[in-house]
Order: sequence, then structure tokens, then C-alpha cells
Amino acid sequence: MLNDLTIRAATVNGSGSQSSNLVLTHALVRLGIPVAPKNIFPSNIEGLPTWFDVRLSPRGYQCRSRDVDVLVALNLVTWESDIASVKPGGVIVHDASYTVHGATARDDVTYYPVPFTELSKEHFPQGSPRKYLINMIYVGVLAQILAIDLAAVEGALRDQFKRKPAAVELNLSAVHLGYEYARDHLPKVDSYRVEPMPGGTDGLMLMDGNRGAALGCVMGGCTVAAWYPITPSTSLCETFIEYCDRFRVDPATKERRAAIIQAEDELAAIGMVIGAGWAGARAMTSTSGPGISLMAETAGFAYYAEIPGVVFDVQRAGPSTGLPTRTMQGDVSFAAQLSHGDTKHIVLLPATVEESYEFAMSAFDLADRFQTPVFVLSDLDLGMNLWLTTPLAYPEHPFDRGKVLSAEDLGRLSTWGRYRDVDGDGIPYRTIPGTPHPNAGYFTRGSGHDEESRYSESPEVYQRNLDRLLRKYETARGAVPQPLVEETGPDVAILAYGTTHHAVVEARDILRQDGLAVDYLRVRALPFTPEIAAFIARHQRVYVVEQNRDGQLFGLLRAELPANLVERLHSIRHYTGEPIDASAVTVPLLHAERTADQAVAAAVS
Amino acid sequence: MDTIPKSSVNVNASGLTRDVYKGSPSTLCAGCGHNSITNHLIKALYEYGIEPHLLAKMSGIGCSSKTPAYFVERAHGYNGLHGRMPSAATGAKLANRELFLLGISGDGDTASIGLGQYCHLIRRNLDCTYIVEDNGCYGLTKGQFSATADLGSVLKRGQVNEFEMIDLCGLAIELGATFVARSFSGDGKQLVPLLQAAFSHRGAAILDVISPCVTFNDHEGSTKSYAYVKDHEVPLHGTDYFAPRAEIVVDYEPGTVREITLEDGAHIMLRKLHDDYDPTDRIQALRTLHDARTQGELVTGLLYVDTGASDLCERERMPRAPLAAFGEDDLRISRDDWSTLMASFG
Repeated sequence: MLNDLTIRAATVNGSGSQSSNLVLTHALVRLGIPVAPKNIFPSNIEGLPTWFDVRLSPRGYQCRSRDVDVLVALNLVTWESDIASVKPGGVIVHDASYTVHGATARDDVTYYPVPFTELSKEHFPQGSPRKYLINMIYVGVLAQILAIDLAAVEGALRDQFKRKPAAVELNLSAVHLGYEYARDHLPKVDSYRVEPMPGGTDGLMLMDGNRGAALGCVMGGCTVAAWYPITPSTSLCETFIEYCDRFRVDPATKERRAAIIQAEDELAAIGMVIGAGWAGARAMTSTSGPGISLMAETAGFAYYAEIPGVVFDVQRAGPSTGLPTRTMQGDVSFAAQLSHGDTKHIVLLPATVEESYEFAMSAFDLADRFQTPVFVLSDLDLGMNLWLTTPLAYPEHPFDRGKVLSAEDLGRLSTWGRYRDVDGDGIPYRTIPGTPHPNAGYFTRGSGHDEESRYSESPEVYQRNLDRLLRKYETARGAVPQPLVEETGPDVAILAYGTTHHAVVEARDILRQDGLAVDYLRVRALPFTPEIAAFIARHQRVYVVEQNRDGQLFGLLRAELPANLVERLHSIRHYTGEPIDASAVTVPLLHAERTADQAVAAAVS
Repeated sequence: MDTIPKSSVNVNASGLTRDVYKGSPSTLCAGCGHNSITNHLIKALYEYGIEPHLLAKMSGIGCSSKTPAYFVERAHGYNGLHGRMPSAATGAKLANRELFLLGISGDGDTASIGLGQYCHLIRRNLDCTYIVEDNGCYGLTKGQFSATADLGSVLKRGQVNEFEMIDLCGLAIELGATFVARSFSGDGKQLVPLLQAAFSHRGAAILDVISPCVTFNDHEGSTKSYAYVKDHEVPLHGTDYFAPRAEIVVDYEPGTVREITLEDGAHIMLRKLHDDYDPTDRIQALRTLHDARTQGELVTGLLYVDTGASDLCERERMPRAPLAAFGEDDLRISRDDWSTLMASFG
């Protein structure tokens, strides 16, 4: 059990446990131990239960584990159920005032009672943030029990409070208080231990996906952001604001090379994005499911009028308000066809912080190149949790602004038509309002229009236009991020996307240990690329794993693939609102495989 | 003696003929108030000398929103979604501050489905001219009441409006609008100078123009019919517009005129008709609207103006250059700063 465990801190929302959890997490990274922190929090500011899991794993698994090895119990309300969550042989550090008897008295776990409140009262003066310091005491207790190097904790703590140096000593003394209390009063009886893994996290850092996406917006040349705050996307736009304040203000003139508008609602947010895209700016909005429901109208307009824009949908559990602080891949099929009529969108599906960053940049290029809204679908798990990631690479490519005609171009051309398919790829040429040429202007409309953007209700013109839009969508198949394939040749494969990836990584290792090797394809965008059908054709059974009830990507694949490939697809679905773990993949997959084996055996006999 | 050859064609300050300001033929009903507004707009835009490539004609959905196709053919047009013109206009202006934004909306587009965006455009003081072609009914769906229809007004089919009207001018003033006017499609003498003053104003210029619907709302019992409006219009003042640097050629009797200097140096001269009306007094403007409503009068003219306020782009400190003009070097974090930034996470 060396360096392979999950520590869970069960606290009350608003009690200030976040700093302590981050200190603990960063201390472990300093020791070279790969971590996967998951914040499981309520839709609430203060008073409801919250949990913070830090998974340590020598192999660097980034998905959640269902097993709780070490529990820090600081919430009496969830005391009973928290105890039940600890696996046999586990450890429970708890407030000494909580009673241990009946249901809470387990004989297969170790209890370490700590008088947190008293310690805090005795050692910290009135007026100091005693309530918050309790959380730092548990960091010290854990450091002692698990043998986490105190110097690493201190380093992480100094880093955590680098903008509040006055808080360092007080918090540090709380860590020592816990450490010394555990040393003097809690003889070690469990078998969990943390050892440094030199080099284990070299070249890695912790970052959340929303920050990665915000940096992608900066480096992708986004100049207009219009948004309506909504969990879990809020930090994406707020981080974009943070970087624009730092890097986009002209030091001489104080002019800002980015406009960020908090809109009155999502209808207006997407309206501003598309207005700005029409006028030549790279524009984005960040939202979640309820937001894209409202944006459906403008998404269809922008698709039909062919105007670029980027929508970040950090998915949360729906339907409706659903679970605003829980994760889901629930908007995939909705986003793919967002709006009425025949509408199809380019959708990017990042799985990592690196991809959150890279796909954000790609999204602006694709939006400009295809003159269409591009959706980037991450989720709460990727967007708001910290992930071990390599440093984000400096972009080496210039912006791809697509087919834009300048005044000089217009001077050379005797005529042009906004929606003519000059190159046969379905992508027309556009001009930017303000281009100083008498022929630059055209009339953008969401109503029927011909190649010259004139109003038209002609059946031929209408169908020709819809066919060209489809041709454009077909062209996009070759331009979106291609799937990633790991293939060694077995009959069985997994197909997944987004954060489900991290559970698949661990699941494949577990299955391999069980003697079942499975190939893997990770879809990274819509429209589907030809490689996806080819991969499915090379396998007998392909398990499509995703985090929603209805098998949304499974459904999109079924709608597009030929019947002989459709029958090879099987759907595995996880939808509790918690991030998916490996067992949610392995258990149903093994069950289905056994059934398939039995069917084969029955057929043979 | 050298003589400058006189051009056989008249041109405006931008060297363009009046024909440049025309558009496609109107597809609205003959006699529609909106067509008159289009003609007044062509005159106002021509005389003002707007450069077509900088003009962005923005609209939503409805009869009114079709009209951007009927003037300045070579300008850019954006006939978007019902009630969403303000947000599109906001995005376009942020993207390029130099664009001259002309929004055309209707009473359904603004007072019902688009009321939220209307309010927030005003609140942000987006630099634009926002015209509501107000006929009190839904023309394209054959004459249902809109939210600007007066209480007690009667539909062609006999239904009586039982709901209070939303006064878009009163609402705009309440929301802090910096230019609010009301006019009548049939009163070009008033509307053209008001339009030009709106063009000269920096910030959101709201013009609610009563524009009778000849097909569905021009009958006895309607309060938005030609006959009713002509009978009940009470102009607050006579209105003259003088472009920046233009000589004021009219001799006004002292004490009979209020002069307002607009942000671009243009002047609007408001000739006193009966009562003295001060369009910089917000409370007087609201009271005037309120009193007119209770007396069944339609007051027209420049209701309120505030020439000192910052517009959205100024408050956001947007650059003069269009955002599309900025490239990688202007927008990306430098390599050195990037390395430092990445190191801060390690």
C-alpha cells in the first residue's frame, strides 16, 4: 500500500478546507508522488457537506478511485456514511468529540481521534481564524501518520500562501501542532505509508482544465468574450479575464486588446459572440448545459449564416438544473445538432488539460476556417479539478483566419458572392465589415439566401445551400483533431472520449492483468473521422464508454455507421454525477464479455 | 480666370451620390410607415455622409427588420434573430469600434421578445442609433397587438387591448439612456434632423418612430393609425440639425431656441413651440411622457439627451483599430512571459 491510496477529507462547505487540501496535494507532488485530486462539492456557499479526495498512485492514474483508504472526518452530519465509505483496513482520522459506537464502530478500520477544536482553541488566540486552522491541523496529523515529509508540506504551504505571507507562520504552526499531537498521542497501527518517489512527477505540474482553456483562448487570439456566470464554467472566463488583465493591456495607452462582457443572459452572450465574429474578432463564450439550451437559437443562425464563434461547454449533470456541481458528458448529442432544422456542428472533446489548451486554440482556427460555431465540450471534472500535466507548449503556428477577402483581393476580383463554393470544399469566402472597398458589403441573414446572399425562397437555391453546408461539414472531417488509437490486435476494443479516458487507462491495465487485452480508440471531435469506422471494422466488439444515461455518442455512432458495424457496438454508461472510475468500465465490460463467450460457446455446442 | 468645373451630379461630403444610399426595392405593403422611414433614413444618411463600408445595418425579425435591405445597398447588413439585434450589435461594435451601427427594430422585436436586450444595450450605452419602427402590432403574423399598443386600442377584428403599453422612451430614460427621441414616420421635417442628431451622438441613441401599419392597424379605434397620430401629435419643439463645422444659417430670435452641441461637434437647434422644454432634464422628460399619456397625446421630438457620458467601448478601453487587425505578436503572451508563467505552476 505504499503510495497507493486515496485520502478523503470530509468537511463542511465554507470551512476553509480548500487551502489545506491544496497544501497536502502539492506536498505529495513535491515528493514525486503522482496525485489525482477530486473536489466533490455541493451547490452551496456555506454549510453543506463537501469532500476532497486525493488519490495517490505510483502509476499516475488520474481517474477517481471508489476506495477510500484514509478518511479525515470533520463533518458530524456525514459521519456515519463517511465511515461506511472507508475500505476494510482503512484509517479514520476524526474529531475526538464524534462518538464511535454502534454503526460507527467498525472493527476493520483504525480510528485516530484528534481533539481538533480544543487544540485550535488552546493554541491560537481569539480573533485568529481558528475554524480554518483546524484544517491545517489535519494536514500535520496526516503527515505524521503517513510519514509525509514535513519539509515538502512546508514548501507547499509557503507556496500556497505566497500572496499572503502573513498567514504562513500561523498555518505552519497548525501543521506542526497536528504533527506533534499525532506523534505524541496516536501510536501507528495501520499499514499505510507514503515514500518519496524521486523523479515521479518531474516535468509535471498541476492545473485545471478551465485554466488550460483560458490560456488557449489567450494564445488562440480570442479578443471578445461574452459570458453569463454558470458553474462549472465560471472559472474559465474569470481566468481569461485574469490573463487579459496581465497580458493584454497596452502599457502605454492602457487600451485593452480584449473585450470581456458579462452579458444579461446566455442569449445575449452568444449573440455578442456571433456579432463580434461577424465583425472579424475571435470571440468566445463559456457556459454549461443550461446555457447551451438558451444558445440553441443563435447556434443555428450562426451555422446557417456561417459566422465563426467558439462555445466552451463545461458539462455538468442535467437534465434541467440537475446537479450543478457534479460532472457528466450529457450535452454531446445536443451540442452536435444544436438548433432546429438540419444543423450540424463541429464539436471538440478534450480529455486532458493539454487538450483543453490546444483544442481551445484549434477551436478558433476551425471556427474561422469553417465560418461556423465550434463547441468545445469539457466537463466539471476536467474543468474544475486539478490534473497532473506537462507544461503547455508555446504555439508554433500562426492563426488560421480562413477565407477572408481583403480590399486588395476585392480589387482584383470583378465579382464575388458570399456563399459561392469557389473551391469545391463547401467553404465560401467572406469579408469583414469595415473593409474599405465598395464591393465588400453583403447582407447576412438567417432567412433563405442564395450564393450572393440575396433573399431567396427558391427550392433549388435552398437545397443547393443545404448541400453545400453538408459539403463543408464533410470537409471538416479531415480538419478536426483525429482520434488517438492504441491497437495491438485483439478482437475487443473500447471507444471513449473526454475525461472517461482516464478511467479507461486504468481499466485496460486491470483487464490486462485479468488476461483480457483490449484495444482503444479515443474520439476527439465531431464530425467523426473515417478512422473511427475503420477501427470498429477491425474489431468484433467495441465498448463505447461514456458518462451519460442514454449513450449519447453511442447513438451518434449508430446513426452514422453502416449496419454491420453498428451491431459491433456495445454501450457502457456511467451517470452518478461523480467522475467515472475504472470499475465502472471493467465490471460491465467483463460481464458482457462473459455473456459473449457463453453465446459463442452455445453456438458452437 | 480658372473656374472649377461644376459637377453635374450632386455628391455629399464623402463624394457619394444619393443613389449610393438606396437599397433593394421594398417588399413591404404600399403605404407602410416603414417605407417612409426608409426614405427619411436615405436622406439623413446621404446628407450626413456616412461611408457605406463603415455602416453596419443591424436588425432582428419582423417587418421593420426587413428594412435594412432597402437602403445603402453596399453597406454590411445583419438581419439576425427576433429580439437579439442588441447583442449582435454589441459584439460587432466591440470587434470594430469604427463601425457605424444602425439598428432597426420593431415594437415586437424590442418591447416583447427583445425587451431584455434592449434594456441592457441602453444600460451599456452602446454607441449606436437604435430605431424602433413602432406600429403597435405584429404585421407579419397578421395584426396581433404588440406591447406598445395603447390600453383600449382596438384591433381590426374588434378586440380591445386590455393591457398597459410599454413606453419604450420612458423606459429608456429610466434606464439611463443618453439620447431618446420620439417621432412619426410621416414627419420627415422632424425625423431627418433627429436621425442626424442620433448619428452625431456618442452612445445609444434611441428613436421610437410611430409608423402606422396600413394593413392591420390603420382603422378607426387604433391609436397608431395615420389619422390618430396626425390628430394627437404634439411636437415638443421644431428641430434643425447642423453638421460639424456647418454654418448656422438660420436667424433664431433670442430666447426661442435651445442649442445642443453633440459629441462630434454637430449642433441641434430646438425651436420653442409652446412650453419651454429642456431635453437635458430627465425628470421633466419623464413627467412630459406621463402627462401626455394620461391626456392621450403623442409627444414627439428630442425627449432627453446627455452628451457627456462614456460609451461601452470607451469604458472597456477598446483600441481604435479593429480587433481583427491584431496578430499573434499583439495577442499572444511572449515566449519569455510564457516560460515564467509555466514555471509558476511547477
